[in-house]
Amino acid sequence: MALKHVNAVVVGAGAGGGVVAKELTEAGLSVVILERGDWVSFEKFGQDELINQRTTVLGNAYGPDDRSPRVVEAAAGTWEVVMPHEGGYSNNAACVGSGTVSYGAMAWRYMEKDFRMRSTYGAPEGSTLEDWPVSYDDLEPCYEKAEQEVGVSGDMSANPFAAPRRKPYPMPAFPYNREGRILEAAARRLGLHPFPIPMLRNSVPYGGRNECVHNRYCCGFACPNNAKNGTHNTVIPRALASGNCELRTRSIASEVVVDDRGLARGVRYFDADDRAQYQTADLVVLSGGAIETARLLLNSKSGLFPNGAGNRFDWVGRNLQGHAYSGADGLFEEETFDDVGPGATIAISDFNHGNAGIRGGAALCNEFIRPPYGFTGMRPPGAPSWGKEHKDFQRRFYMRSVSIRGPVQEMPVFDARVRVDPAVRDHWGIPVARLSGSRHPHDIEIGRVIAARAEAWLKEAGAVATWPNVPGLGLSGGQHQAGTCRMGSDPKTSVANRFGQVHDIDNLFLSDASLHVTNGGFNPVLTIMALGYWVGGHIGSRWKGGRLT
Amino acid sequence: MKGADPAKGEGGSLSRRTVLKLGLVGMIGAAVGAGSTAAIARLGRSMRPRYRFFTDPEADLLIDICEQLIPRDDVPGATDTGAIAYIDLQLCGPLARDRRTYRRGLESFRQTCLRIHRAPFQELAPSAKIGALRLIESGEAPKDLWDDPSAKAFFGAVLSHTMQSFYGSPRHGGNRDYASYRMLGLDYPQVVGQNRYRKA
Repeated sequence: MALKHVNAVVVGAGAGGGVVAKELTEAGLSVVILERGDWVSFEKFGQDELINQRTTVLGNAYGPDDRSPRVVEAAAGTWEVVMPHEGGYSNNAACVGSGTVSYGAMAWRYMEKDFRMRSTYGAPEGSTLEDWPVSYDDLEPCYEKAEQEVGVSGDMSANPFAAPRRKPYPMPAFPYNREGRILEAAARRLGLHPFPIPMLRNSVPYGGRNECVHNRYCCGFACPNNAKNGTHNTVIPRALASGNCELRTRSIASEVVVDDRGLARGVRYFDADDRAQYQTADLVVLSGGAIETARLLLNSKSGLFPNGAGNRFDWVGRNLQGHAYSGADGLFEEETFDDVGPGATIAISDFNHGNAGIRGGAALCNEFIRPPYGFTGMRPPGAPSWGKEHKDFQRRFYMRSVSIRGPVQEMPVFDARVRVDPAVRDHWGIPVARLSGSRHPHDIEIGRVIAARAEAWLKEAGAVATWPNVPGLGLSGGQHQAGTCRMGSDPKTSVANRFGQVHDIDNLFLSDASLHVTNGGFNPVLTIMALGYWVGGHIGSRWKGGRLT
Repeated sequence: MKGADPAKGEGGSLSRRTVLKLGLVGMIGAAVGAGSTAAIARLGRSMRPRYRFFTDPEADLLIDICEQLIPRDDVPGATDTGAIAYIDLQLCGPLARDRRTYRRGLESFRQTCLRIHRAPFQELAPSAKIGALRLIESGEAPKDLWDDPSAKAFFGAVLSHTMQSFYGSPRHGGNRDYASYRMLGLDYPQVVGQNRYRKA
């Protein structure tokens, strides 16, 4: 039996999809959200060190599972099938809320220059570095909506580099933990400008949800106290409460159907019982994350788009990027651990821009509390990793160590990309994503500069030993995956226009990090949510008399 | 019916030790439908620790390797805390991909010790054991014995899994009695104020 036609189908109930679904229902559209995962709760895996979304050695707590493999280029020309909990997969959680259920919840606005990277710095050789077709000023009201409606605790008054804002955060900032206090004094001595990390967590009760109880483990885990704000406990329930929105979980989208006039007609998917279904709609929004959105477009072949929807000029799947996380680790004689979770409390934005000889940079933050298993990998170069020395190191330094990391903004590379694999299919018979390419060498140069800044900060804070941490060239992506369907004004060098509307398919929109032209020197989630408000607001303003005008 | 509850048995004169043994095999007995107390008692006498994946000799060797990686000192080590239970259990679950690494790697390791030290690993002096493992870790072990997996890959797998067993949740088979958390002085679980054991 045919499913009832609706105004909009949204694929993916993560950061982008959750926000856009809420915006559309409030604009009066009937909406179906297709989410490949299910509702999840804290209780299933609790705070298991080995099964969560950060340490996945025994599996992903919140999906996906082994029904959804990918193919990854291990070395040039050799391809490996990779399972979702294995390294190199670039996993985002498959559940209602996706990564927003279990993230570390840093709530960054990008800076003005982050939207103008090419005109600020010029593209290095071999990079497709470009400006966004929207400015910070365009997105500012959307950032504000995300902060207010989803809920952010913060205070930017001590950060002179922050982009201007009209409204303060809706909740006060979290206080520093012991690491934060040690690092704050050191940063000030160095003439830097430390400030509390803005967080999508409740420092006070907010939106009918509890305040944070400072669990040791938070990043990678659902919140047992409903104090962490994702789309699953804010905008999605609001969309559902409107009566205008249906959320279908365990629903795997396989194709956007595009007709011979170049319009999207609906989405084919497999339901919770693996039955093929077809949901027709007046418009379609894809919010599957940078890799899955690109895969779905590439798997949506039609007469007008034989190489995939929106892929007339071979830009779908290109410019896959994430963050070249760099920083430093340090050991202390005094105890730095106070078990006040989640642990990341302090940041500096002094090195996001204005670094001599490099393009952009990164915010630097102290890290989330590391579980003891994770700490087994934190050793100075050459230190023994086992035996009596291992135990001694754990005992001596687990509570006397600090890590500082920064999400280094990457230079987009055209050949870092998502394709669909010609042979490997998932459980539902859909060709899987195939990832290949590597970072731009300049990312590593930026990483070294950022790591040196972090090391100097740790030394000033009294670390007795420090060592830098810089990633290698290799495929980027990860949970901060972005850039695969960049927005732009020229259809020959971008996939969507400045409102997330796919070039040449007027009723197909994107609303996730695939739109990002560049990925900022910050965790991307608040920008993804802001784009959800931006794209959703645009669709809403064009929705008149029951149709897109 | 006789044998439905082996702990009660015939005559009611079983020693506590026998009762414990029978308790251990009780579930196995029930599963195969064994109906006689005598048969179960015989099973109990020949009972050794049973593994899902490892043979007994493999397990004996691996236990000794793990103990070098996290040795007992004034707090428990890998053997005390169930590293073998963790690895054996997980090889039949999420770590099934590593079965080949263990099956072939343990054999390569056994042969490496025999060739280089002229003795099984378990009979080596403590310092020689560490030396043998360093050889494997560095990848300098005889290449002809380490075609697949490589010595480094084998060592890396055992090291990671031993660490996982020791520092992961006890529900996965290792970290018996929260030993690593006691060692580090951490509350467990991590929800503030819900400690499940008395801190040392």
